[in-house]
Amino acid sequence: MFTWILRRMFQASFVLLAMTVIVFVGVHVIGNPVDILISPEADQAERAKIIAEMGLDQPLWRQYAYFLNGALHGDLGRSFVFNEPALKLIGGRMPATLELAVTAVLMSMCFGIPLGLYAGLKPNGFLGRVIMTGSILGFSLPSFWVGLMLIMVFAVQLGWLPSTGRGETAMLFGVRWSFLTWDGLRHMAMPALNLSLFNISLVLRLTRAGVRENLTMDYVKFARAKGLSPARVIFVHILKNIMIPVTTVLGLELGSTIAFAVVTESVFAWPGMGKLIIDSINVLDRPVIVAYLMMIVLMFITINLVVDILYTMLDPRVRLETKA
Amino acid sequence: MSATLEVRNLRTHFFTRAGVVKAVDDVSFSVERGQVLGLVGESGSGKSVTGFSIIGLIDPPGRLTGGSILYQGEDLAKLSERDMRHLRGNRIAMIFQDPMMTLNPVLRIDTQMTEAVHAHVKTTNADARARARDALGMVGIPSPEERLNAYPHQFSGGMRQRVAIAIALLHNPDLLIADEPTTALDVTIQAQILAEVQKLTTDHGTALIWITHDLSVIAGLADRIAVMYAGRVVETGEATDVLDHPVHPYTHGLIGSVPSRNKRGERLRQIPGMTPSLLSLPPGCAFRTRCTHATSVCEQEPPTSEPSPGHTARCFHPIEGNAP
Repeated sequence: MFTWILRRMFQASFVLLAMTVIVFVGVHVIGNPVDILISPEADQAERAKIIAEMGLDQPLWRQYAYFLNGALHGDLGRSFVFNEPALKLIGGRMPATLELAVTAVLMSMCFGIPLGLYAGLKPNGFLGRVIMTGSILGFSLPSFWVGLMLIMVFAVQLGWLPSTGRGETAMLFGVRWSFLTWDGLRHMAMPALNLSLFNISLVLRLTRAGVRENLTMDYVKFARAKGLSPARVIFVHILKNIMIPVTTVLGLELGSTIAFAVVTESVFAWPGMGKLIIDSINVLDRPVIVAYLMMIVLMFITINLVVDILYTMLDPRVRLETKA
Repeated sequence: MSATLEVRNLRTHFFTRAGVVKAVDDVSFSVERGQVLGLVGESGSGKSVTGFSIIGLIDPPGRLTGGSILYQGEDLAKLSERDMRHLRGNRIAMIFQDPMMTLNPVLRIDTQMTEAVHAHVKTTNADARARARDALGMVGIPSPEERLNAYPHQFSGGMRQRVAIAIALLHNPDLLIADEPTTALDVTIQAQILAEVQKLTTDHGTALIWITHDLSVIAGLADRIAVMYAGRVVETGEATDVLDHPVHPYTHGLIGSVPSRNKRGERLRQIPGMTPSLLSLPPGCAFRTRCTHATSVCEQEPPTSEPSPGHTARCFHPIEGNAP
């Protein structure tokens, strides 16, 4: 297991390296940040000075070498725009996105699995059909529109929930979190629901399909033939089997939820990483883009690792082996 | 001696969109304490559905539409689901065809065994575990204490079927329904399992219904045989009577198609055609389209003849003489 993890980390470092090369070349191809960042009134001498400060006078391969050298020492460069270390910039925004995404994924489990179980056990009942139809909406309605509707109903009409910002925060491990205060939770409710809507539908449908499939399995019939109560059959025999695909999908979805929370963050003015990256791309703020993407890649790698380890707990047939 | 189980005019129909499938249509037989009934027929003849009807595991769109299933004088068809559950796995147990699918892949053997103990007996976990261990030892699983901690995938097919048998016999049931339990196993294991079940059931006076399509399996095992075709029992009687002096042309065909040493060099006889679709059974004898003896009279309901006491067949043209 330990060698297996080491091996995975080694592979991950190559993924990271490849990604940085792609971003460097990519940003270079899109345009020159100098044209955007330096005011048109600046004279030639000033231009040259700023360009030299940002290291943009060097050939690309040398810029990349500087970056790699810095990265090895934990420095991913300074933002061209804010003149702050890119990592610090992203780190400051990350907790907001992280807690939003994690809450959204937790919500999708809390709603998706029970609803899916119900719809799977009563596929022809009225409520079962309503749930399945509703999940189609969850899939297909554009997230920004749902966000606006939520604000319309719960913030404007009913006035129950605040529509923007993180609200009151509390410190934990030196970071500010919203989920620790009641006001923060109230602020998080709508954006988290908005973000989780797609995942709720996904988990719901996955669970339902799993239940339908499992119900026809011999081991479920055998469990019933043993005289077990329906509750035991559903919550032990069926649910444990369903958790395998649900964990896979949720693991992957956690990554994309974090990476693509941009829309929800914009609608609810949630001060997370999504807004930052959009702005950075607009002004070709390369250090921030690179740092952000490295974070995301790292996150995906970590999540996949955790999912693989979770697998071994859920499915006894899976054992992490060093050999391929 | 009164019968452990008496099935009278049982009808189990499946109400599908395409029409009503009469999987079991007017089936009657009885099994006495310590007796073995062989339920023989091709795939789709309704023998498994008969088994599931007895243990009360017919799922929609299937339904028992008529007849009675008398277990020690009590009609199981009229029992509530709750009362039925107390009998299931306790007084009436079942083992399935495919041992690879019978055990839940994500639960340990001890979980799957102790839950079956707890379902019917109020006892401690330690006692349930001890019972499970003893049951495993009884069916010939080496070092049962350690094997309790294993998962199903760590057992071979034959061993899994032994575990399933151990689970089915945990509460010394009065009736065991074995649904082709050796079909998926290789021949040497088949013989072992066969001997094992036979021994265990005679030891406890368990009545056994052995469902199979393989006459050679049943020949040395069954006391009585019921031959099913298209949802009906076409011939029933003492095993020796049915096997040595079959009356119904279908039974004749079945026996004729079993390979044996004295028929070496001859062409194996087969029954022409396939089992008819149960959706559109014509009136009269269902076998007439494949029967070499069929005449126009077979389009009417065949009468029941009794060539010798306790040996009955439903046919207009009973065959006299010995088995092919």
